[in-house]
Amino acid sequence: MTGRAEGMARAAPDGLVAEMRIERPGFELRMALTVGAGEVVAALGPNGAGKTTLLRTLAGLNPLTAGRITLGRSVLDDPAAEVFVPADRRPVGVVFQDYLLFSHLSARDNVGFGLRARLGLDRRTARDQANGWLDRFGLTGLGDRRPAQLSGGQAQRVALARALAPRPRLVLLDEPLAALDVSTRFEVRAFLRATLADLGAPVLLVTHDPLDAMTVADRLIVLENGRVVQDGRPAEVARRPRTAYVARLVGLNLYAGIASGGSVDLSTGGHLRLADHDARGPVLVAVRPTTVALHTREPHGSPRNVWAGPVTSLEPFGDRVRVTVGSTPSIHADITTAALADLCLGPGTPVWAAIKATDLDVYPAGDHPTGR
Amino acid sequence: MTRGNARRTRPDGHRGAPWPLAVPAAVAVAFLVLPLVGLLVRAPWRQLPTLLGQTAVRQALVLSLETATLATAVSILVGVPLAWVLARVRLRGRSAVQALVTLPLVLPPVVGGVALLLAFGRNGVVGRYLDSWFGITLPFTTAGVVVAETFVAMPFLIVTVEGALLAVDRRYEDAAATLGAGRWLTFRRVTLPMIAPSVAAGAVLCWARALGEFGATITFAGNFPGTTQTMPLAVYLALETDPAAAIALSLLLLAVCVTILIALRQRWVPGVRGPAPAP
Repeated sequence: MTGRAEGMARAAPDGLVAEMRIERPGFELRMALTVGAGEVVAALGPNGAGKTTLLRTLAGLNPLTAGRITLGRSVLDDPAAEVFVPADRRPVGVVFQDYLLFSHLSARDNVGFGLRARLGLDRRTARDQANGWLDRFGLTGLGDRRPAQLSGGQAQRVALARALAPRPRLVLLDEPLAALDVSTRFEVRAFLRATLADLGAPVLLVTHDPLDAMTVADRLIVLENGRVVQDGRPAEVARRPRTAYVARLVGLNLYAGIASGGSVDLSTGGHLRLADHDARGPVLVAVRPTTVALHTREPHGSPRNVWAGPVTSLEPFGDRVRVTVGSTPSIHADITTAALADLCLGPGTPVWAAIKATDLDVYPAGDHPTGR
Repeated sequence: MTRGNARRTRPDGHRGAPWPLAVPAAVAVAFLVLPLVGLLVRAPWRQLPTLLGQTAVRQALVLSLETATLATAVSILVGVPLAWVLARVRLRGRSAVQALVTLPLVLPPVVGGVALLLAFGRNGVVGRYLDSWFGITLPFTTAGVVVAETFVAMPFLIVTVEGALLAVDRRYEDAAATLGAGRWLTFRRVTLPMIAPSVAAGAVLCWARALGEFGATITFAGNFPGTTQTMPLAVYLALETDPAAAIALSLLLLAVCVTILIALRQRWVPGVRGPAPAP
């Protein structure tokens, strides 16, 4: 209760504060979420993590099972108080996955739809304002086109204009970049970043693409199985992942274990020697694959961690090659193609992976932000 | 016959149907086409202009077209909303309503006519009050024809539209809601345009069924030339007195149906391709 009050104070006056429990057959989403006015938060998670459920609930398309959603001073959903503001009366703008532009309406009328329905503008005023939005979004002259006649990037802008035109006080985006090909994606990402940063309303986007999330958002929350497993700034999440899913997304090796006396007993078996002798208790250890050295003979002498195992996979990774070693536990190493040629690696080659103690990033595992 | 087909099979992967399917299929086609051939072969082509020129024929044709069109209009006006309710509202007893709606599809039309008489007849459950309060009498009037045709034909429209509503991507309606559109506005500006082809297809099915309506009409509205004698009734009556006229009338009805169907199908009714209109 105090947590909720504090959250509300923090997000006031125009932020989103939500305490949510949503039960559906075979699934439960339970999380707290605060998004300040002008803040862009990305919810990142695998398929089935509850991202779409979260968005639909905030939009008023699904009701809460329990909890409370407030936007500024208005309560949008509170089952205990029997308050539920349906989607058509919530000041919320949504950009849907696949955009869902109305195919029988022109781009202009798509943008004008909310202006007429939400703001009650007459046809002409709505048209004029819609034209203004199209101009602002670099779509001048495309107003008469049907959605089928627009490119992916253009359709995305129309969808964004349609959602923003009625001046929503909360903006939700569902996989806004997923439908675009790689070449337009780069450009649209920058456009999205600039547009969302200027809104002044709380913005929540959900995505399964970490690059989209990190380039567009100020803050990330990571959802897995209907729970928040990590919450933080993009750089922080990228450097110190808390779950195997996040570690895989950001391309780090992640190990959990118990630290004592300068070494960590890993929960997967094996152990790691640390440079830092003070670490104690449950910790996570992140290892950057570029810092892992591979040897075809067992290295001796220096104070390093050395794990032996066969090469289980080789795949190109940018200008390097990602080698997976089937040691206990397994580890990824990124090496140059020159190094790959020198070592004569192939599937099954026995190797030793060496990790310097000073290259380990060790951090406590205990303080899950909202792992309740 | 099958052997002949087999020989003509081209070596490009197009393989003929196996005979247990090909033979019955051929029988079915023959069965559907032969009666029409019979109609064309035996038609009194030379007398045709005289036969169709009669006032009674023109009256019956005009009456049929008018009543079928009115019945279709009424069906669209109340049938589309009912289809929406069935597809979108969680009603208690919805499946019961669904069953009731489809009942006229399987009910013998004569039974429908009897039921209509008991409900809307001068002494019927509802008809009594229509008569005494508003002075409205339905049986044996042109309005009665429209009522009978609507009763029998509307389910075709409802079933078609309900199917379309269930198949449509509901997320577009969600999108409209998040833009501030209430359910009525969403229906008008988003759902209806999306299901328009199915509404048209359902309307054509409904219209064709109404045009051919016989049993309920003759039972409820009677057979008075000029007021309730539609084409099917005229055909039936002529068959007993003047067979040549019956054939001529049938040809006319056939021509009207084919024309309408082709015109609509080419314009904006891709949906008609599937289910053929009822007799």
